Amino acid sequence: MEGVLGILERLDRRWVFLAMALAVAGPILVMGITRKTLPETPTDASRAVFQAVQSLPRGSTVLLSFDFDPGSAGELEPMGVSMARQCALRGHKMVFISLWPLGGQMIDQTIKKVLRADFPQLQDGVDYVNLGFQAGNEQVMRVVLTDFKRAFPTTKSGRATADLPILSGIQRVGDFALLAEVSAGYPGSKEWVQYVVSASGGKLPMVSGCTGVQTPQLYPYFPGQIRGLLGAIKGAAEYESLINTWVLDPASAAEMASAGADSGVAAAIPPKYLEAQRRMGPQLGAHLLMVVLILLGNVVYLAQRRSQRRAAA
Amino acid sequence: MSNEHRSPAIVVWVMIVLAVAAVVGLRIGLGDGMARAYAERVEMRVTVKDVATPSGERVVEWVEWRSVSPADFSRAVRESPSQDRVQLNHANSVGLWVAALLTLAIFSFLYRDNTAYRLAEAIIIGVSAAYWGVIGVWDSIVPKLGGALAHRWTTEYILPNLPAPTTQSQIGMGVALVLGILLVLRLVPAVGGISVWTMAFIVGITAGAKIVSHVESDLLAQTVATMQPLVQPVDGGVWTVATLWASLPNVLVVIGVLCCLTYFFFSVEHKGIVGGAARIGIMYLMITFGAAFGFTVMGRVALLSQRVEFLLDDWLWLIDPLERRLVDGVSMIVGTGGVW
Repeated sequence: MEGVLGILERLDRRWVFLAMALAVAGPILVMGITRKTLPETPTDASRAVFQAVQSLPRGSTVLLSFDFDPGSAGELEPMGVSMARQCALRGHKMVFISLWPLGGQMIDQTIKKVLRADFPQLQDGVDYVNLGFQAGNEQVMRVVLTDFKRAFPTTKSGRATADLPILSGIQRVGDFALLAEVSAGYPGSKEWVQYVVSASGGKLPMVSGCTGVQTPQLYPYFPGQIRGLLGAIKGAAEYESLINTWVLDPASAAEMASAGADSGVAAAIPPKYLEAQRRMGPQLGAHLLMVVLILLGNVVYLAQRRSQRRAAA
Repeated sequence: MSNEHRSPAIVVWVMIVLAVAAVVGLRIGLGDGMARAYAERVEMRVTVKDVATPSGERVVEWVEWRSVSPADFSRAVRESPSQDRVQLNHANSVGLWVAALLTLAIFSFLYRDNTAYRLAEAIIIGVSAAYWGVIGVWDSIVPKLGGALAHRWTTEYILPNLPAPTTQSQIGMGVALVLGILLVLRLVPAVGGISVWTMAFIVGITAGAKIVSHVESDLLAQTVATMQPLVQPVDGGVWTVATLWASLPNVLVVIGVLCCLTYFFFSVEHKGIVGGAARIGIMYLMITFGAAFGFTVMGRVALLSQRVEFLLDDWLWLIDPLERRLVDGVSMIVGTGGVW
């Protein structure tokens, strides 16, 4: 036992890094080959996001703000994809904006992956539009409170927003039926709550998907100021599974057909809509390793303390 | 690493690096190879109005290259081996290699600081700085400043669809231009002191804007959210298990808020009831820090798994979770590969 403890005491941290790499790569390989995912039990916060989009009348205009970049796409892109997919399936109109410079490209990727691929009947400018990045952080939020088109005078491709059909009934941000935010930091969900949701007097419902680092900071706003919250990749996986369960439900067949997604109920979920659920495999491996390492660390600490006490005695 | 463990450890690390190199070599020589991007040629044709032509319109044609999956390339070749509609995209393929090598270079820091890591770090810093510079010019200076103060020139030569500025926005941008120039004067030592006017403006505006929003959303709204009924009757019953279970979150929130506030209240010595409440407050804080740590780990592991997925899928073609290829690498190696 002394020998094992001695090795643990002197263990080079690089072996821990290697163990973590294997704990993450192993499940990715297995799930990549078998194409299986782990089951998810959605929390109330994730269900609330799903319900917020689901409960809107068909044809509502939703504002989707993608405030993230490739650095956090691993966590947040599946949320953005799922939000756009659910909105399209429900027949909502989507106005995409971003307060992060690379957010416009993240929106383009989502539009290509979801809307152009699976909903080709939707028209740019009529059913959805990418207004791209707008510099100014909180100042943009303050402007959209009174004049949305002044903050976003053109689309990402340079088309004027003044006579855009999708924005015909939109004067200010409060005219949107829902604000769906995907946030990686500043400016993000916290600022949208502080500068827009509070200023609108709670009239603008907001749901948010955020990184793991932000989640504890945003939980106090749920369910009052933020109606639904997707915390980290776990929240993304729960939300994804909620949509997939709904899509596979035979009762949704008529709605799927009218959304143009399919001729009826989906037989199987395309792998691009299982991305977050697939990433829960490496999470399991990494967290199990973390638990083992924390336990081992405590064992070593207790053994060291006991030997020090013995030496002192 | 301690001296007595150094030699065997280095042997293990060398073996790991060789194993990775062997996998890369195997994948390069096996099947369709690895790390390839493909593009499809799409011929575009639109009719636009043109008063200079007799018919009043003219046809504009161009070619677009759209990214497609390796499976699309395989299918196109299967249909017509001599086709040139779907081709290897050399630029994107090189991009995949660059991304993979930079990812490995960054990971190499976990072993020890080295030249590859420092090179990758320098590239990231340089690219980020250049990108922010370009963003500053094309998303702020040109559309906002140029659009307001030189609208005719900007719409004629750069951004044709910019709406006409209002007098108010022109005055605002004029003030912003003057304040910006004052800030840049910081670089001139003789008159650098004048830049504090701009700094004072920024600090004042930011503080004013933040105070109002914070009081509204974080103080008032959060205080209201804390004022919850301690008993939440379920189906009319007060002393039922369901009611107790439903009431528990509210009770915990109220206790937590009071105890945490007590912990940060230093005007009274933390003894007796105050000390007990402060200790419970510490426990709440510890649970909060633990939850924050757990969420941070989850976030970092998600980012790591995305990079590993990129290496195994996009670069090495070992796995194919998105079904973008006809056969994945592992199936090819173990001989179970099937066509989707």
